[in-house]
Parts: sequence; structure tokens; C-alpha cells
Amino acid sequence: MCGIVGLFLKTERHQHELGRLTALMLEQMRDRGPDSAGFAIYGDDRDDRTRLTVLAEDVDVDWGKVCGRLSENLESEVSHRTILDHAVIETQAAGSDARRWIIDHVPEVTVLGFGHAIELYKAVGDPKLVAERYGLASRSGTHAIAHTRMATESAVTTGGSHPFSTGEDTCLVHNGSLSNHNLLREVLESKGVSFQTDNDTEVAAGYVAWRLTEGDSLEEALGRGIDDLDGFYTFCVGTRDGFAVVRDPIACKPAVMAETDDWVAMASEYRAIAQLPDVHHAAVWEPDPARIFAWSRA
Amino acid sequence: MTVLDLGTSSLREVNSELQGASTGNFVVDNPQGAHALACGLDSPVTVRIEGPVGYYCAGMNQHATVFVDGNAGTGLAENIMSGTVTVTGSAGQSAGATGHGGLVVVHGDASARCGISMKGADIVVGGDVGHMSAFMAQGGNLIVLGDAGADLGDSIYEARLFVRGTVASLGADCIEKEIRAEHLEFLAGRLAEVEMDADPADFRRYGSARALYNFHPDDVDALEASL
Repeated sequence: MCGIVGLFLKTERHQHELGRLTALMLEQMRDRGPDSAGFAIYGDDRDDRTRLTVLAEDVDVDWGKVCGRLSENLESEVSHRTILDHAVIETQAAGSDARRWIIDHVPEVTVLGFGHAIELYKAVGDPKLVAERYGLASRSGTHAIAHTRMATESAVTTGGSHPFSTGEDTCLVHNGSLSNHNLLREVLESKGVSFQTDNDTEVAAGYVAWRLTEGDSLEEALGRGIDDLDGFYTFCVGTRDGFAVVRDPIACKPAVMAETDDWVAMASEYRAIAQLPDVHHAAVWEPDPARIFAWSRA
Repeated sequence: MTVLDLGTSSLREVNSELQGASTGNFVVDNPQGAHALACGLDSPVTVRIEGPVGYYCAGMNQHATVFVDGNAGTGLAENIMSGTVTVTGSAGQSAGATGHGGLVVVHGDASARCGISMKGADIVVGGDVGHMSAFMAQGGNLIVLGDAGADLGDSIYEARLFVRGTVASLGADCIEKEIRAEHLEFLAGRLAEVEMDADPADFRRYGSARALYNFHPDDVDALEASL
């Protein structure tokens, strides 16, 4: 089943409580996905540095040492902070170089995402507890997407939890299941895309990432995905300065959207949106099938 | 009048009270998008819900009158047997699905698959309906004051579809049909009943070409080839 939520703040009014509002929405979607959860939160956007969110699941990592080696290699200052098994590594070097180095030299960890604005957390367990553990409610920011998972296509693991990174400052959550993900994974691997799990959503994320590197805009990539991705899906995609929602042409998987002067929200069910301020004055609608809804600050 | 508050009572408590009543007027406050609210009612009670509801509101309704001041999620009045279910806002997908009788009124838009497999209910939508509405509809009337999405009435049996606006496309075996005096009279009555202002003459009628659901002996070769 799975539950997804997205909240994009159009004004500064609620930025101080982005995390609290996202946590309220996520909690409402617990019933749809009780086995694991994750969230991506965008804020504190700065051009002059990149943050990488890295997961060290069931292994002890000496982050100071890793960052020392990374700093040496990148010839740039590297700092870090940890939240339980996640570390947020900050550097002024190119994020893609830092990511590549960590993947090649610290194979026991997983780079969940990187960019100027994004941080990304995921874990197995009750979504409410996951949100509490990683301090979602106290975060401020500009926009967030989150996911509660009921696994159908691959095992209940942190690796199989959403969101999946699709490139710098971009990630994706999914409600549904893809039916051509094994074939598509092979096709993408032949084009140089690498995968860390056997999860179907990771293939969708890899697909979007590949299209973006081929020069597509996000809307073009999602539009092409309507032809190439077979299965059921409602996707919510976060970008550095916006977010997008798209449903497959049959649109069996639920989605509801709402918009006020201050925010745009999407969720699998309205009761998540019902938590938001001034919701009674929001325009509320179900997104049309195979149509891309996108918002951007730019 | 009895006031029930979902801010202080559980959904189960509220539904039990509504389902246990044989008559009376109820108001439900703070629905907050709750699912399956006022479902399974089978007495002539009147329920007014003050706010938006989630999935399957007033499902399987029989005899009751349910009024939602807000929007409704997926499956509004699913399998309605009789009575009336009204929503002042918009409804999610599959509104009035498989409805056997009664009346479903949506003042805003209804999303995809409105009236899917409807069997005798009447559904009136003040705005638009989404794609695949009245899919495999078998009876009843779907009245749409706005536009209809793609594949309206796909594989339809015997329901009557009235659309005032544009139809993105008709589904398999669904065709436009002549609108006769009896249809105008029916529309005028229903529109007056739900207090929607529209001229029956502005509607077009759609229904089944009846080419799909009877097997034709000429198609025996195609059938054998497909087996």
C-alpha cells in the first residue's frame, strides 16, 4: 500500500515549522505503511557547500577518520554531524566527487543523498518512531517529502525504504509497484546506472536520474517515464527548489493535493493534509492521471 | 438533534451510534478526513457531517440521508442502495461505485471512475467527472453539469449518461444517443430536486451501442483464435 506526503512552502510563513507539519502528515499515513519510513527535508540552502547524508546500518564507522580521508582526497575542508546511524557530511568540494569517493572507499556505508539543500533519513520501524528518532518535528526548511512503506516488491530493509535519491538535491517517493523494473534495471545498468537494492522504486529513481543526466528537465524526465515505466504509481519528487507529483495513466493509486497562498501539499489521503494550517481555505483536488504537477520557487 | 464529535469520540463510537439509530437527526463535528464515516446505515436517519471526510463515506447507504459539508475521499457512497448522499465540495475517485439505487449528489467535481459499475443509482455532479467514469455501468443515471474525462462509459451496459460539457472521449461501445422528451423531463426533475441550475436542453445523452455484451455468431472465429 504505502503512504506518501509532500509539503512545499510557497512563503516563509511556516518554514520554522516545516518539520512539525511534515511529521503530523507522516503520522497520519502510518496505517498505510507500518514497516518503515523515510523523509527528505530541504532547507538551509547554500551554494558554497554540499551536504551528503550517509547511512551506516549495523556497522560502527569512525566518521572523523572517514571525513579526514575524504578531506585529504578532495583537498577541501570536510565536517560532519551524526544522528544515530546517519551522518551528515558537509564539504565545499563537488558533491558528486565526494559521493563517488565514499562509495568507492567506504563500502560499508550507503550514500542516501547529497546536495545543497537536501538531507535524507530512512529506517525500518513505526513511521512515528522513525520521525521522532531523527528529529523531524524540530526541523525548519522550505519543503519536505516523506514516505511510509508497506513492502510488496522487495524485503523490509532500510535500503528498500524511501525516499530514493535521483541525483543532486533530487529524490523520489512512490506508492505503487512497477512491473517492468527488472528489465528496466538491466537496461539502465547497461547505460551505467548503478543500483544498491532489488527494489522497484530504486529503478524509477535511477531512471529519472539517468534522464536528468541526459539533459531532460524534471518534467521531461517524468513525462518520458509515463511511456517507459510500467505499473502502478503515484510519485512525489523533491528537487532543490520545488516538487512534482505524477500518477500513472490508470491512476489507481490514490493522491490528493491541496494549495493555499502559503503552501502546496500532496498526500495519499486527505487526512494527512487535514493537519495543515488554514486547510479549510485550501483548493483541494485529485491529480489527473499522466499529468505532471510541478511547483518551483524559481 | 444529536451532536457527535470525532474530536472526542472514536470513529467506531460515532459509527455505532449512527448505525444503531432507527430514526433521528445527527450532526458529526471534526471529521478531519476520517475513513468509512456513516457507512452501513440502514435506517431513515439524517446525518450532517461538518467538514471533509476520507474514504468510503456513507458506503452501502440504505434509507439514510447523509450530507457532507466539505470534500469526500475515494469511494463516496459506494454500493449505495437507497437514500441520498450529498457532498458540497468535490469527491475522490469511484464516487457512487456499484450503486444499486438512491441518489448521490456532488456539488464540486468527482474524480476518476465516478459511477463505475453503477447498477441503478442516480449520480449528479455539479462539476466535472474524471476518466473512466461509468465504466461497465449497468443501470441508473449519471448527470454531469461540467465535462467528462477520457473513456466515458467504457463497456457500458444500460445506464444513461447525461453530460452538459465536453466529453474528452467515449469508451468502447459507448455512443451518443438522441435526447428525447422523456429524458428532458427526467433531467428537469432531478436538477430541480438537487437545486442545480441548468437547462436540460444543454445536455447530451450517451449510452450503450449494445455491440459488446451480446455474443455475435460472426465473431466465433475471433473467439476461437483468442482461446
